[in-house]
Amino acid sequence: MKSLKPVSRLIIALASLLMISAYFVPLWQILMWAPQYPEGLEMDIWINNITGDVKVISALNHYIGMKHIEVEMFPEFGYMIYIVGFLIGFGLLTALLNRRLMLWLFSILLVATAVAALVDFWLWGYDYGHNLDPTAAINIPGMSYQPPLIGTKQLLNFTAFSGPDIGGWLFMASGVAIIGTLAYEIYTSKKKA
Amino acid sequence: MKNKIISRVLTALVVIASAIVWQSCKPKAPATVSMGDAASKAFVPPGKYDEFYNVVSGGFNGQMSIYGLPSGRLFRIIPVFSQFPENGYGYSEETIPMLNTSHGFVPWDDLHHIALSTTSGQHDGRWAFANANNTPRVARVDMKTFKTVEILELPHSGGNHSSPFITENTEYVVAGTRFSVPVGDKTDVPISSFKENFKGYISFISVDPADGKMKIAFQLKTPGVSFDLARAGKGKSHGWFFFSTYNTEQAYTLLEVNASQKDKDFIMAVNWKKAEEYIKAGKGQTVKAKYAHNEWDESTHTGVSNIMDEVLQLDPAELKDIIYFIPCPKSPHGCDTDPTGEYIVGSGKLAALIPVFSFTKIQQAIANKDFEGEFAGIPVIKYEAALHGEVKKPGLGPLHTEFDEKGNAYTSFFVSSEIVKWNVQSLEVLDRVPTYYSIGHLSVPGGPTAKPHGKYVVAYNKITKDRYLPTGPELTQSAQLYDISGDKMQLVLDFPTTGEPHYAESIPAEMVMPNSQKIYKLEENKHPYAALGEGQAKVERKGKEVHVYMTAIRSHLTPDNIEGVKLGDDVYFHVTNLEQDWDVPHGFAIKGANNAELLVMPGETATLKWKPLTTGIFPFYCTDFCSALHQEMQGYIRVSPAGSNVPLKFSTGKIEDQSSGAGQ
Repeated sequence: MKSLKPVSRLIIALASLLMISAYFVPLWQILMWAPQYPEGLEMDIWINNITGDVKVISALNHYIGMKHIEVEMFPEFGYMIYIVGFLIGFGLLTALLNRRLMLWLFSILLVATAVAALVDFWLWGYDYGHNLDPTAAINIPGMSYQPPLIGTKQLLNFTAFSGPDIGGWLFMASGVAIIGTLAYEIYTSKKKA
Repeated sequence: MKNKIISRVLTALVVIASAIVWQSCKPKAPATVSMGDAASKAFVPPGKYDEFYNVVSGGFNGQMSIYGLPSGRLFRIIPVFSQFPENGYGYSEETIPMLNTSHGFVPWDDLHHIALSTTSGQHDGRWAFANANNTPRVARVDMKTFKTVEILELPHSGGNHSSPFITENTEYVVAGTRFSVPVGDKTDVPISSFKENFKGYISFISVDPADGKMKIAFQLKTPGVSFDLARAGKGKSHGWFFFSTYNTEQAYTLLEVNASQKDKDFIMAVNWKKAEEYIKAGKGQTVKAKYAHNEWDESTHTGVSNIMDEVLQLDPAELKDIIYFIPCPKSPHGCDTDPTGEYIVGSGKLAALIPVFSFTKIQQAIANKDFEGEFAGIPVIKYEAALHGEVKKPGLGPLHTEFDEKGNAYTSFFVSSEIVKWNVQSLEVLDRVPTYYSIGHLSVPGGPTAKPHGKYVVAYNKITKDRYLPTGPELTQSAQLYDISGDKMQLVLDFPTTGEPHYAESIPAEMVMPNSQKIYKLEENKHPYAALGEGQAKVERKGKEVHVYMTAIRSHLTPDNIEGVKLGDDVYFHVTNLEQDWDVPHGFAIKGANNAELLVMPGETATLKWKPLTTGIFPFYCTDFCSALHQEMQGYIRVSPAGSNVPLKFSTGKIEDQSSGAGQ
């Protein structure tokens, strides 16, 4: 079994610990602007909560038949804390056990989690934007209101932006550090061979 | 014959020529148009903010208005002493107590002067005070919400004109009576017994530094004269207050003649620190007095009126060294202390000079007992002993003086209709500009404080005549903005004003804007009839009262169908605006209401009482254009005959099956 360099173990441990930030800062943000809202509206997605101008956005969205955004809508908020906890634990274990196989598994796990999260978010966005109340006051044939996955999109009078918040960026930084460590390990061991 | 014709022709030519010469000798009217780049100085481009909040008294409209400077744009009218049907102030159940007095509900007053709160003599952007001249009161407006949050009535006052001037740290707001009146047990007396029975009272209202709450700390019983205006000392003269007086002749009829006989009236200097000492020593006397104290509670969104029953008084005729009189020419109006606190400028409105008194000299005169005699038991300081100097030939009818940050004074002249700039130290006249027309007060941003912001002076005029498009006999009131940043004053803008502006103060926008409140938080709403969600909306009957706990949110009222109200009921609509978003008020109006409408801010609850006089279906709706579906924000209430058995019920969005005979 291939072991890891001490510096790699240190980076893995630190990157794993950095993920603890996910419990304290928002992970994702959705920003919206309209002529009536030049100052913008903001929605912050946390590991177990959604904050910001949620009530205002819901009040506006009811005209086009979108659901009221409630914390209860997201079962994810119930188990995300455990998934992230598991990832941090797995990372620390990788550093401790000093096995490259573990680092492989950890990297795959991280990528898989990120992809799953984006797919999950897209699915929610699809449902939120398409599953509209047929009795809504404003009904524009053919129009749906799925928020952008990442980036900017024009939805009627609103310009919507979706992207990582501080927590998301920190999480990505951890992921990049860990996958980078893996690459470094592979590169140096090949060089030796 | 020929000669005669020639002489006739010559005579005619001479007449024509002299007519032409006479015409060209007629004086030209003064230039009344501003020139050059003036417009650009008042121009605030779309999307930009003004530099100053201009807080202006509304005079006979009883309100306070908020303008921007230098644009002169009107932002808001804050109802203070008068009912305001446009937002329900003085009509809603919550605001009716704010206009309560010892005379019952008083729906109107005459708001003359503004005082913005200060700390260490400088603006602090917390509160704006205002006086009611007719039924004597002082109000406090919160600069976070721009809402009247407190009104205190003043007993023993005949008309609260010399008010609401404040001390350096807003320790006190003063209220001096314009009319001396008999008080106490002996009030049914002949008017001609003025000298014997009429007294002037000055109230010192303490202001709680934490929350601004007002309380009459003490009243000074003074001789029967009229108090006009006042200013507190500052810096070295902190602890003193200066009041202008007129009618020291003590006339009680035809004052225009009988109160203008004396060469000099008085400025009254009050040592309020001395008054505090006497109170500490127990020299005050508690007397019976009936007056209202009305306070607004931000958590219940409701005003509460309490009737007070006593007040503490001091008699300066017996308690020496509290007050002194200083002679001042001809019925002084303005009585203004300069930013250093050393100079006190008296503006005798019938005088042709401006006396400037020195605080240091006044103190010396008191120490040396340099008195010319007594007036009603109060020492009168010798005019020359208190005088720093006179501004000679400044104009006619000086009214009011404010100051810039460079040691200059600006005095308004009602009779000669102009502003005159002069140096406080040298007393030299530096510049003069005409005003259009007959200026009353003027206002320099921060002018009454220890640290003027300068830059502009605004003239508040009494006559507008040809300045605006005419609107029949009743014309707009008006103000003029002058740039004073250079050596010469420059007219920059004419702007019409609402009500009659008497006095104003201006404060830099950055001192107020960041604190401006956007919404009321629903979770902090403690109104007993609030419905803090649509689930809490309901209708309750309490005997002959029907209480509707109604919610408003874009774009529906809940409930919007109400049945079971009967003739003889009083219906109370308690409307809670559930919005938590800035600038989304909702309104409420119902057909046949004998009062007004409601405007309800986000998170607030307000109540309109409605007494139906006939049976039938009455519509109600939202009056503030809130959203694209504002027009749909409406509902019905059914009124049945007294004794009918229609059950009380309410709903929103419920479609009833007609065949069930529901509600029949």
